[in-house]
Amino acid sequence: MLSTPAPASASPGAYVLGFCASLLTWVLLTGSLATDEVVLGIAVSLVVMFAAGQRLALLSGLRMTPLAPLHLLRYLGYFFGQLALSNFDVARRVVSPTLPIHPELVEVRTGLTSDLGRMLLANSITLTPGTLTVEAEDDRLLIHWIDSTPGSDLESATRAIAAGFEQRISGFLK
Amino acid sequence: MRLVADLFLLAGALLCLLAALGILRMPDVYNRIQAGTKASTLGVLCILAGIGLLQPAWWPKLVAIAGFILFTSPVGSSTLARAFYRAGVKVWQPPGKEASR
Repeated sequence: MLSTPAPASASPGAYVLGFCASLLTWVLLTGSLATDEVVLGIAVSLVVMFAAGQRLALLSGLRMTPLAPLHLLRYLGYFFGQLALSNFDVARRVVSPTLPIHPELVEVRTGLTSDLGRMLLANSITLTPGTLTVEAEDDRLLIHWIDSTPGSDLESATRAIAAGFEQRISGFLK
Repeated sequence: MRLVADLFLLAGALLCLLAALGILRMPDVYNRIQAGTKASTLGVLCILAGIGLLQPAWWPKLVAIAGFILFTSPVGSSTLARAFYRAGVKVWQPPGKEASR
């Protein structure tokens, strides 16, 4: 069924998580905690959870540890810092008259094994300074790097692009 | 409060302008995607923050919108970039660097 070695069935924890996530989305979108709204939200979330069914196995990449929320917060802080940096970086390049770019396609290796973890890593890389994920294949990510001066071989590119995120993501995703 | 909100809105508008400028100035499709994605993502987040400060009652919806944008914007860019890569579009090289590849 799946090409990746993900477990074929979703664990009960994944169902609970999927339910909580859709209920949270519901509450955010309705913007009210009135009883009838929440009851309807619970009903809809249950339907969504069973409709998703085995696809919730995607969530098995989460590490269910007490420290995971802290790691998630640490990752978010780092992420928004990098997002701001990346904007200054791109703005500087766009505005400067000489257009200082040295683009190159480089490969990066990741130690994350779950689909969810790899997706988050690829997304993070896309939103950070000068890098854009082009292709993801197993543990290799192909990255378009706008300023490939630090070197474009696998090791140095992995260190420069992926290592910071990977270390933080691995706290709460496999 | 009004002033802070206006500053956020102004920053967001500026970032979106820079994204548009980047799309105009960059030499090839990958660089254009880069300029477009990053600046517009933070720009939209800034605008949402500004709206949230002006209309505090709206913030739960704004948080949901911000979450959707943070997830979909990079996925969309990566998908576009992958489509161009598979279609065989080459990465632009600065003039004179071709020989060293």
